[in-house]
Amino acid sequence: MSILAAAAAATSFKAPSLDYHALAPEIILTATILLVLVADLFASEDQKWLVANLAGFGLLATMVPIVSLALSDGSHVRSMVGGSYVVDDFSLVLKGLFIVVGYVVCLMAHRYVEEGDYYEGEFYFLLLCSILGMVVMASSRDLIAIFVALETLSIPGYILAGWRKRDLKSNEASLKYYLLGVMASAVMLYGMSLIFGFTGSTLLTDIGAAINAPGPNGGHQAVVTMGILFIIVGFAFKVSAVPFHAWAPDTYEGAPTPVTAFLSVASKTGGFVALFELVYIGFFGRSDVWGPLFGVLAVLSMTVGNLIALRQTNIVRMLAYSSIAQAGFILVPFAVAGTSPSAAQSALTASIVYLLVYAAMNLGAFSVVIAVARKTRSGEISSYGGLFEYAPGLAVLMTIFMFSLAGIPPLAGAWAKIFVFRAVLDAGTGWAVALGVAAAVNSVIGLFYYSSVARQMWMTPVPDGDRTPVAVPAPLVAALGITVSVVLAIGVYPQAFARLGELASG
Amino acid sequence: MLTVAVLLPIVGAVILAVIPKGREEVLKAWALLVTLATAAVGVYLLVAFDYAKSGQLQFTVNTEWIPVINSRYHIGIDGISLPLLILSMVITVLCVIYSWDHFPEPHNPKAFLILMLLLETGMNGTFAAEDLILFFVFFELVLLPMYFMIGVWGGPNRQYAAIKFFLYTLFGSALMILAFLALYFKGGETFDIPLLIAQGGTIGHSTQVLIFAGLFMGFAIKVPMFPFHTWLPDAHTEAPTVGSVILAAVLLKLGTYGFIRIAIPILPDAAMTWAPWIGLLAVIGIIYGALGCLAQKDMKRLIAFSSVAHMGFVMLGIATLTSFGINAAVFGMVAHGLITGMLFFIAGSVQERFNTREISRLGGLLLQAPRLGWVLGFCVFASLGLPGLAGFWGEFPAILASYQPAQGLQLWVFRTYMVVASIGTVFAAGYLLWMLQRVAFGTAKTEFEKSHIHDIHIPEYIAWTPLLLGIVALGIFPSLLFHVTDKAVTVVTSGVTQLASAR
Repeated sequence: MSILAAAAAATSFKAPSLDYHALAPEIILTATILLVLVADLFASEDQKWLVANLAGFGLLATMVPIVSLALSDGSHVRSMVGGSYVVDDFSLVLKGLFIVVGYVVCLMAHRYVEEGDYYEGEFYFLLLCSILGMVVMASSRDLIAIFVALETLSIPGYILAGWRKRDLKSNEASLKYYLLGVMASAVMLYGMSLIFGFTGSTLLTDIGAAINAPGPNGGHQAVVTMGILFIIVGFAFKVSAVPFHAWAPDTYEGAPTPVTAFLSVASKTGGFVALFELVYIGFFGRSDVWGPLFGVLAVLSMTVGNLIALRQTNIVRMLAYSSIAQAGFILVPFAVAGTSPSAAQSALTASIVYLLVYAAMNLGAFSVVIAVARKTRSGEISSYGGLFEYAPGLAVLMTIFMFSLAGIPPLAGAWAKIFVFRAVLDAGTGWAVALGVAAAVNSVIGLFYYSSVARQMWMTPVPDGDRTPVAVPAPLVAALGITVSVVLAIGVYPQAFARLGELASG
Repeated sequence: MLTVAVLLPIVGAVILAVIPKGREEVLKAWALLVTLATAAVGVYLLVAFDYAKSGQLQFTVNTEWIPVINSRYHIGIDGISLPLLILSMVITVLCVIYSWDHFPEPHNPKAFLILMLLLETGMNGTFAAEDLILFFVFFELVLLPMYFMIGVWGGPNRQYAAIKFFLYTLFGSALMILAFLALYFKGGETFDIPLLIAQGGTIGHSTQVLIFAGLFMGFAIKVPMFPFHTWLPDAHTEAPTVGSVILAAVLLKLGTYGFIRIAIPILPDAAMTWAPWIGLLAVIGIIYGALGCLAQKDMKRLIAFSSVAHMGFVMLGIATLTSFGINAAVFGMVAHGLITGMLFFIAGSVQERFNTREISRLGGLLLQAPRLGWVLGFCVFASLGLPGLAGFWGEFPAILASYQPAQGLQLWVFRTYMVVASIGTVFAAGYLLWMLQRVAFGTAKTEFEKSHIHDIHIPEYIAWTPLLLGIVALGIFPSLLFHVTDKAVTVVTSGVTQLASAR
């Protein structure tokens, strides 16, 4: 009978209606992943460059449906599977970001992987898998979907971090990242189970409604508080917020540089996207819990990240701590989002604009690091001495990226910070303003170590006297070109990203 | 047309970046052409400016820029910004001419000239901006070029001086941008300066005082006022000659200009509360700067400290909140730009000839290079405020204005400041004449006795003549400038006078 019952149940199962236009980016990406895998099987050693190009073109092709969806008429909101998978302006903007970041990382990795004699096909396969996870994350509106997306984007990351497998540091990077990542996942899952236990649903909108419900059975119960706390702590690991940042510097230093760029930009953005969804849709009613928590995380991340970055002599470690500090800036708007609806809007816009700008300038900085390391074979900041004399182009680019990270107008990074300040003052409470002042002071501290790179390049002599120019391969030039044009264009005309941020938060 | 004045230098800089590094003559000619063209636009503005309506903004452009945060590309000039804009244009041209044959080490004229053009866009833009965010962008735009100018082409201690300059000013402007955003949310969700002036008075008193504090930090560090001045002597001493000139002649004015353009008209109520304190810091600056000068061994450092004192007079004029005082302040800004710019030029030329700026090693300049010595003497007298030269009309009216500050400010406080400031002028005469005496009089020290000292070069003549003429012209006909600024200053102080009459 049980078989019959199961069969009856099965016939009553109705396949969810799928909007294939809305799913086209994911479908194309999946097809590309399979193609890369197959092509890698049949390509001989000297044909591996095909795989890299395949991955790049696949990513570009994925942009087509994203753009067509964005330009299509109507309200742009396409909801599927009972509301747990949604394609709207928010998800389109972030999907676009993930795809472009993925493309730039492909460009950065091209020669690096080829010349380093690492596995090539698998590298791009894993990279694309991780990007797929991110693209799915941007549409997830359900605890389970978020968790699946998170694991899809994380697990390839663990493997990629150890790609230089004969290097002990790389092994350490991978293992540390893996162990702490898995622990974070466990903490987060526990939190999710608490939330599910309380609300009886995994759908974020249902959770939001249950948490907002008044009365003794409403959202103001300890179990909800605990659940939110656990989930946020889990993601704090992912975005490497202090005090959950310990893995980041070692992982960043040990991993191959393109992978470091990928982790510090794309993977971190993935974590933030999940936080947007959880906080602004699911837990918005409990700003008394997450508001102060984010405030503390933000101030700690900015301050600790900046102060430790001051002491770094290795450029990748310095960028690792800088990215911790930058994550702090992105967390600042979260802390004040609960004050009022207009503050929430400003806060979400600020965080998204910051993520977009951060992606461009950080990827640019890592591209220069890769280019310079081709000649100097070193990651020490002192090896940048006199760069302006023998590679003025790279030196100027690095200067632009560094001062953009520091937030000096008229470069894009300044606008990211201005939007954060704006969100803080839109909230307008005393705490918010204090947070703003903390952020302002931190941006000054940041300037010191960012400018120390510029100082090396412009004001000190070449350390070993070797003035042969740096040969920069074409894909890397393209990566540098894309990132620097974004940093400069947004610096002069911030409206472009501001509008994207506003659309996504609308 | 004003947009051209602001953006032409940066466009020129981009083109300059494309010209190959080896073609030095082309590079220099192009940079000179761009700055001259910008100055020609300045001449056009001078001619086309409607002096009968100098209190109103002219040549305005107001178009959409960042609608998301309601910030607009709004520029325009009135009687206060016009002279400063012209000053900035003229100084840049003269600096290009001056550095024609002697680019400081490590040479590289291409990068040096690009930085100079970037600086000019930043300076012109700040004087023209009528939107807070736009103002902020231009205000900050000058930081990077100046950082590199000091850090790459500066003296032995350049890296320290460069980063100190950068960190100080960035700290101020980080608080300033917070204050701007607070103005946005409290002042009717706009960054437009004229609109904010119309609405700023409605902000509650305690909020005004706080916002003013943020603005004060941004502008006072730039001026620099007394406790925040320590970056200035280092930056001036280490910067290359041209860097010092631009820094003294124009960059310091960005701070005082900010007070006059933004802080006082938008927040008159808070300005009343803060004025006595600003005045106090100003007179401390006057005395402290003067005492600092007496202790200096280095010519450039001495001039740098004298800047602190002179900017103290300017700030004292502003602190009176009267149209008389602010007129004096604007005059003082222009006069200080001409005179101190000249002094730094001379200090640079002295260093080039003697390879030192140490006052105790110099002497007998009048014998070895009589023309240079006389120009130095002339500028020293202009700087100490000799009547008939430009410096006088900046200092004297500022002192006079503090006899009768704006209604509502305490008389005895400002009259005390007046007395202290007058004592400051005596000190000024003291340290400047002492320097002149040690550098120019007597005979050369033994180490330079035999060396041949070249008198003024052709590029120096060309670069200096306009400044010297300006000093004399403004000294004899101060109304040339007062006439332009007066109406605009009345607009600035109208908020304060309204407050006073309401009481």
